[in-house]
Amino acid sequence: MTGTAVDQIWLAPALALLGFVLNGVVSLARPRAKTLVSIIGVGVLVASSVVAVAVFRSFVGLHAEEPVVFRYWSWIPVGTLQVDFALQVDQLSTVMLLVVTGVGSLIHLFSVGYMKDDPGYARYFAYLNLFVFFMLVLVLGASFPVMFVGWEGVGLCSYLLIGFWFSEEANANAGRKAFIMNRIGDFGFMVAMFMIFWSTGSLDFVTVFAHAPTALVAGGTSITAITLFLFLGCTGKSAQIPLYTWLPDAMAGPTPVSALIHAATMVTAGVYLVARCNLLFAMAPVSSAVVAGVGALTALFAATIALKQWDIKKVLAYSTISQLGYMFLAVGTGGAAVSAGIFHLVTHAFFKALLFLGSGSVIFAIHRAYHHTHSQEDAQDMRNMGGLARYMPWTTALMWIATLAIAGVPPLSGFFSKDEILTAAHVRGQAEPVWLVFWGLGLVAALLTAFYMTRLMLYTFHGPNRTGENEQPHLHEAPWIMTGPLVVLGLLSAAGGLVNIPELYRGGAWLHQWLEPIAQPSAALLPQVHLASGTEWLLVGIAVAIAIIGILGAWRLLKPERLVPARSAPAERGLARLLRNKWYVDEIYDALIVRPLVWLSREVLWKQIDQRVIDGAAVNGAARGARALGWANRWLQTGQVGMYVAVFVVGVLLLLWRAMS
Amino acid sequence: MLLSPALAFSAVLFTLGVLGVLMRRNAIVIFMCVELMLNAVNLTFVALAQSLGMGGQVFVFFVMAVAAAEAAVGLAIILAVYRHKQSVSLQNMNLLKDG
Repeated sequence: MTGTAVDQIWLAPALALLGFVLNGVVSLARPRAKTLVSIIGVGVLVASSVVAVAVFRSFVGLHAEEPVVFRYWSWIPVGTLQVDFALQVDQLSTVMLLVVTGVGSLIHLFSVGYMKDDPGYARYFAYLNLFVFFMLVLVLGASFPVMFVGWEGVGLCSYLLIGFWFSEEANANAGRKAFIMNRIGDFGFMVAMFMIFWSTGSLDFVTVFAHAPTALVAGGTSITAITLFLFLGCTGKSAQIPLYTWLPDAMAGPTPVSALIHAATMVTAGVYLVARCNLLFAMAPVSSAVVAGVGALTALFAATIALKQWDIKKVLAYSTISQLGYMFLAVGTGGAAVSAGIFHLVTHAFFKALLFLGSGSVIFAIHRAYHHTHSQEDAQDMRNMGGLARYMPWTTALMWIATLAIAGVPPLSGFFSKDEILTAAHVRGQAEPVWLVFWGLGLVAALLTAFYMTRLMLYTFHGPNRTGENEQPHLHEAPWIMTGPLVVLGLLSAAGGLVNIPELYRGGAWLHQWLEPIAQPSAALLPQVHLASGTEWLLVGIAVAIAIIGILGAWRLLKPERLVPARSAPAERGLARLLRNKWYVDEIYDALIVRPLVWLSREVLWKQIDQRVIDGAAVNGAARGARALGWANRWLQTGQVGMYVAVFVVGVLLLLWRAMS
Repeated sequence: MLLSPALAFSAVLFTLGVLGVLMRRNAIVIFMCVELMLNAVNLTFVALAQSLGMGGQVFVFFVMAVAAAEAAVGLAIILAVYRHKQSVSLQNMNLLKDG
């Protein structure tokens, strides 16, 4: 207890949970009460973000070096395992708290317009509120198990919302795919938890991080195993190689869901986890290199796929995977780069939420136009868009801001955060050359990022319109309730960098200072390298040059005028086809893992083990045995009392004879 | 009194009773044979009471009381069976046997 607004932290998740309960009741009792649902759904989120701001302000005033932990009740008291249901307020969790509630509120507001005509409106808001509740439990939990509750809860909500329009089989399958991929990751998380408890005797963050340096040998096998298993959990939740394939499919859900869950918040949970455990990762250099390497590789790999996608949301999905790769590159680098990773998490939440919501506006407009003319064309295919700048000036301008931000054009937010990550990788490369490779991968990915984002903008908003003659009169800007949140996110995307202007530009690097207590333990373990300011300027120059080359290159190379609508487009050939089909990773997984597993389940586990052994030998076998035994013994039951008495007498005589002798 | 002849006689009576129960079909006869076995046991009690104290003689009264009650119940059952089947032969009492 601190005697300040920080004590009311429980209100933030509790309000979201209240929203879920109320909206859940409404969705069952009165699914058509849309005004009520909107007021509850958006209201609890706004209230929750007010709590978040109040908590943050009080926490700043406390100048606390140590996390403030609130223990509410004893949750799992088993022998030496004592887990309390506890929430933790510290520098990292307050940043996440602000992002989740702030961006969450805007996306809830946008959803009011986007989902207006959906029959499942109340159910949608109930799920969305539940998601925010679990996300807050995830970022505020004071121990691994409490965090895991949130971790699983957001996975559940993700599943429910991906399959929100479950009447189409593809959407339901996408939800299942996300759920199953995440199970693989969660297995890693759980094994890591068991090993952490086994070696440090606790699961509370504070205790684990206090005991870890003495209980575990730095660079030893167990710390490496723990961190690698934790990272396996992260690859599932945050869509990194090899478990990323669920995220593009997750675009089957409503677009605001893609913005909130699959771009801004849930998928960053893995980054948050690594940042939270940065001490453990710093103690295991191999794992750090794996995290950073997988991050850099994912950043590049996903960016190549984004180059050739036609579905506007798929481009953004691969872009998200790629940007998450940057965050992992940062948190894997450790030390001061942890704050760079969180910085990119925050700015990415702004501009990627803006991009997704903007694409939502576009899809909303195209879908409405096709709805008017009863056309069956794909409303998400960029080949059916083009020239939308004339019809949707606000969306176009705002999405350009986000595009320049994600491409890393100064002085927009993405420039500062991405540049800081690449610089940090380069700095660590001074001591360990492998980080220079990661830096190079990140740089190429940055080039591709600028390229594919410009491509998306060109094909969607510029050039001639390909939607169709009849549809053009029906294309309009979205209502204010949708563009309003876009404007706010546009401002944040543009100015988000202000929270962390590095010292190079005589900035205060506020976020960096703020996260100092979080990153301090790992920074102490890493070699201290300082770059000359000349080198730093050179790195900045390279990053900016690359962003501009990417944008101008796309501008020069791509010709939106030559595109034809999706239904008459020719199939790609060569490398384009390889990228269009996402390097055939889904097909490779299908052939290597899914099909053998299905074959094993069907032919061996089902037809042999289940049908023959369990049903045949065990279950029916037992019944057959009992029947055979009964059949063999039925001659004893003649029904003749005389017979029974005779047996009885013989038995007595035998007993007597035994007793006598 | 001679102990051994008395015990030998009761053994003979008891064996006759057992054989009767085993070999006869008529419920009344079987019932009588059961009574015969009870009385053989009574004779043993009385004979042994001579040397082992009065307890055995007291026990005989209990056996006789129980035998009387049993006779009442047993004869009633046999009567009921006879009314139902017009027979007291145990060979016909096989309703529970299948087929």
